Amino acid sequence: MALQSLDIARSSATTTPPPSVRQTTEVAKLIDVSTCIGCKACQAACMEWNDIREEIGTCSGVYDNPTNLTENSWTVMRFAEVEEAGKLEWLIRKDGCMHCADPGCLKACPAPGAILQYANGIVDFQEEYCIGCGYCVTGCPFNIPRISQKDGKAYKCTLCSDRVAVGQAPACIKSCPTGALQFGSKEQMRDYAEHRVVDLKERGFKEAGIYDPQGVGGTHVMYVLHHADRPQLYNGLPADPGISPLVHLWKGFAKPLATVAMAAVALGSLYHYVTKGPNEVSKELEDELEKEDAL
Amino acid sequence: MTNHWVDIKNADVILVMGGNPAEAHPCGFKWVIEAKKTRKAKLVVVDPRFNRTAAVADFYAPLRSGTDIAFLGGVINFLLSSGKIHHDYVKAYTNASFLIDETFAFDDGIFSGYNAEKRSYGKDSWKYQLDKDGYAKVDETLQDPNCVFQLLKKHYSRYTPEIVAQVCGTPKEAFLKVCEYVAETAAPNKTMTNLYALGWTEHTVGSQNIRCMAIIQQLLGNMGMAGGGINALRGHANVQGITDFALYAQNLPGYLSAPADADVDFKTFLEKRTPKPLRPGQMNFPQNFPKWHTSLMKAWFGDAANKENDFAYHYLPKLGGASDVLSIFDQMFQGKMNGFFCQGFNPLASVANKKKVGDALAKLKYLVIIDPLATDTSEFWKSYGEFNEVDPAKVPTEVFRLPASLFAEQTGSYTNSGRVVQWHWKAADGPGETRDDTEIIAALFLKLKEMYAKDGGAFPEPIQKLAWAYRQPAKPAPEEVLMEINGKALADLEDPKEKGKILVKAGEQLGTFGVLRDDGSTSCGNWIYCGTWSQAGNNTAKRDNSDPSGLGQTLNWGYAWPVNRRIIYNRASCDPAGKPWDAKRTVIKWLGDKWGGSDVPDMRPDAKPEEGVMPFIMNPEGVARLFSRELMADGPFPEHYEPFETPLDKNPLHPNNPKAFSNPAARVYKGDMEAFGKAKDFPYVATTYRLTEHFHYWTKHSHINAVLQPEQFVEIGEELAKEKGIANGSMVKVRSNRGFIRAVAVVTKRIKALDVDGKKVHTIGIPTHFGFKGATKPGFIANTLTPVVGDANVQTPEYKAFLVNLERA
Repeated sequence: MALQSLDIARSSATTTPPPSVRQTTEVAKLIDVSTCIGCKACQAACMEWNDIREEIGTCSGVYDNPTNLTENSWTVMRFAEVEEAGKLEWLIRKDGCMHCADPGCLKACPAPGAILQYANGIVDFQEEYCIGCGYCVTGCPFNIPRISQKDGKAYKCTLCSDRVAVGQAPACIKSCPTGALQFGSKEQMRDYAEHRVVDLKERGFKEAGIYDPQGVGGTHVMYVLHHADRPQLYNGLPADPGISPLVHLWKGFAKPLATVAMAAVALGSLYHYVTKGPNEVSKELEDELEKEDAL
Repeated sequence: MTNHWVDIKNADVILVMGGNPAEAHPCGFKWVIEAKKTRKAKLVVVDPRFNRTAAVADFYAPLRSGTDIAFLGGVINFLLSSGKIHHDYVKAYTNASFLIDETFAFDDGIFSGYNAEKRSYGKDSWKYQLDKDGYAKVDETLQDPNCVFQLLKKHYSRYTPEIVAQVCGTPKEAFLKVCEYVAETAAPNKTMTNLYALGWTEHTVGSQNIRCMAIIQQLLGNMGMAGGGINALRGHANVQGITDFALYAQNLPGYLSAPADADVDFKTFLEKRTPKPLRPGQMNFPQNFPKWHTSLMKAWFGDAANKENDFAYHYLPKLGGASDVLSIFDQMFQGKMNGFFCQGFNPLASVANKKKVGDALAKLKYLVIIDPLATDTSEFWKSYGEFNEVDPAKVPTEVFRLPASLFAEQTGSYTNSGRVVQWHWKAADGPGETRDDTEIIAALFLKLKEMYAKDGGAFPEPIQKLAWAYRQPAKPAPEEVLMEINGKALADLEDPKEKGKILVKAGEQLGTFGVLRDDGSTSCGNWIYCGTWSQAGNNTAKRDNSDPSGLGQTLNWGYAWPVNRRIIYNRASCDPAGKPWDAKRTVIKWLGDKWGGSDVPDMRPDAKPEEGVMPFIMNPEGVARLFSRELMADGPFPEHYEPFETPLDKNPLHPNNPKAFSNPAARVYKGDMEAFGKAKDFPYVATTYRLTEHFHYWTKHSHINAVLQPEQFVEIGEELAKEKGIANGSMVKVRSNRGFIRAVAVVTKRIKALDVDGKKVHTIGIPTHFGFKGATKPGFIANTLTPVVGDANVQTPEYKAFLVNLERA
């Protein structure tokens, strides 16, 4: 059971109604890209608080290190050099789970209780129930979850749900030296973000705005962008993210078929586990199941 | 910093030049963001690279590395020719009106008094005209052709926007745009802060880069103001403390000039360092030098320093010549040194020309490393393939590694860039056999003392008589050391103004350097730190962040030197009548009977404005210096000289005078001149710098930092990469006349080719953090490439501008 301060609003592949007595404030992280200096303190804090350690990689010709999200890197800075009309900008965006109000990962997840959405808005993976099918990866419009090579389970940013449950801000927020990362109620964060947008507009960024995409019901991680009209400039932040049609299919008429598929997952897992070991199972099955779903 | 970190939030314009605080000082950079958010401040960045500070700037202008004086000289010319200066401030608080010796001259890049053979100046003409009482003559109208204001105007009239573009490669429009941002703050109620770091100091004209900004800030009236000042961002959390405590041999603690061979006796020593006022009625604070010095000697030698023996003056070593880092390694290279102690220092990585440093270390009998880490220097003798090619069999040096605990494993104080001394408590015990630095030094000292007692020696007194009154001699407590530094009364101190009134009783801790005496009745280990541990206790441990003025003047958080003053020269934040130039940012003001406000006044507390006591109390003239008299080695006004390795074949300002090509007063050692490369072989400008993911050469040993920036790279503009057929992420070889490094190419839009003096100049960026020891991928020492030549005044090596060639590897 979750802590009382983390009432569960939704649980994957579960029909039990959620508790509804307590009033819970929705929280949000605000990433003000216009004041972010790309120092990666948030990446270091994330590794330290969550006890995850990425391997030491290589330089690939950019400042992005680690080069991508992994099961050990739940947040990474993405650097984009954008030059338009002779004006150069170095757009630096902290990437990680957006904690969607309407989470595609949770909807896609066939494992009961493996993905939770708390009443405060945090979307959290419960790895002990994860079957490693990778549906959350397909369901995510932001390409966030990563399946571990080590245990075959899905990992991503928890928005430090353990810290938030006891009234602390996430580790990344605490470590941010410039205040580019802010945390509070979603309402407060929107107010603050609007204030920042006014400042940016005064500085000549006419299209400054807040990124809180409605295609996923809004998010509990929002951005302040100088160019809110073109989020793609920020290393491919989707302009209009939505949940994949595959997931809708899964949640709709194909559900009985999918239940069968789930049984196949369980059996298949066992079979593959015995014959090939855990690591390659999920990927192969994911492909098979995707084919099935597409039918 | 003349101001402090939090004060940056009070600025209207923040000019970052010669620094990159978003990357090198990310925590302090929060105050830049704060100024932007709350004051709508504008952030302007001038740098050879579009860096992470530029990423959040309102305006960025490029310049060729090593041409800051040309740029800033252009700004001075812009301000003077457009009249955008704070006239009342300039007239009252600077030496603009002072008359300079009629024989002073500047001829095609060379000031009067130059001796080409010695590469140095005789400075007899760089002086004020004095009247019969020894005071400087002035012309209040600022019209006399020999007054500083007219000389300044004339000197910088050559620095036109066209010359700036020609020398710096900065597009004219971009330069003028920066000028406009700067000039806005000439208004009395607007301020600009300037943030700089090693990007200004690490040049052969480093000190003069900073002098340029000092001139600009005086012209704009930004010194002493909240949100103004000249702000050096120090690299290491305690590098300010290091400087304050004289880790440079030229200084004793508290910036007291150390004795040299020429100071034949105590009297001569004191006289040379105790100036007379240059204008009537000025505080001329350095006149207290004998009090500071005597108190220091009492702290060091106790009863063994007394009137009869000139307070043990003869115990102090006398400087015979240069003793900066370049000269030390040159002497070592010449085999003139037997042993070397490296305490928290990794010279193989951090000193210019790694090859020369490695060869020098191999000439030592012994090398002692006191460090928490296995530094590159500690294994200079070991082969690491092409990263460190050496044959251990040919290195006779015996190396001792003494593991020290890390700063977080020690209790003590550190002093930040804003001069705020803050106590810190150890977070954990050091691992294994580590000891605190104080314990290591104490053990060494006690052993030496024992050996002198047993075996005698040439001059045992300074060691035998050194005061060492710690409860545990082998383990001096940090608290005891700070109390000793602060100082105490050795006898009852009587109020000089009131007979019989005792200000401080014998044995009590002192509250301010105002009570120091030159008769041996006070001790103080560093006069500027007097007040850190008063009778009230450890003031550096105060942690009250209340801020009644809202200006960030948290007087009960730590203790700032001097006397807990947060903004120095703060008297200049008011007009001559004592009224703040900007009432909304009142630092201090005249209250009718005394000075007061949100800071400790930098003025005699009861000095009535009509007395005309000027704000720059550390200067015998009482005002700030646009013309720096004979105090700089390379001229009373900054002049642009080319770096010692430059892509140009002449100084565009002095095309026909080869003497004025590079800094004519910079010192060059034999062998080092020959090691300079020429543009025909090494056509590209290189500059070294730090990345935010690493701290110097420490964090390459830390796993998480290594994850965030794992491998050595160099940055190359897209145009040059295309020309050379270099793909992003591929390996390249960068070669200077002193060696080569191999690294990953980061091909970027952020470094542009510049149009300089009619030719295209490319810049290659070289992060310094990598080496062959640590958790990061093994790499080369960046200083393999850098030249051995330093700033003419303080010998900081020219790490920021040199020449290289580039090829695919």
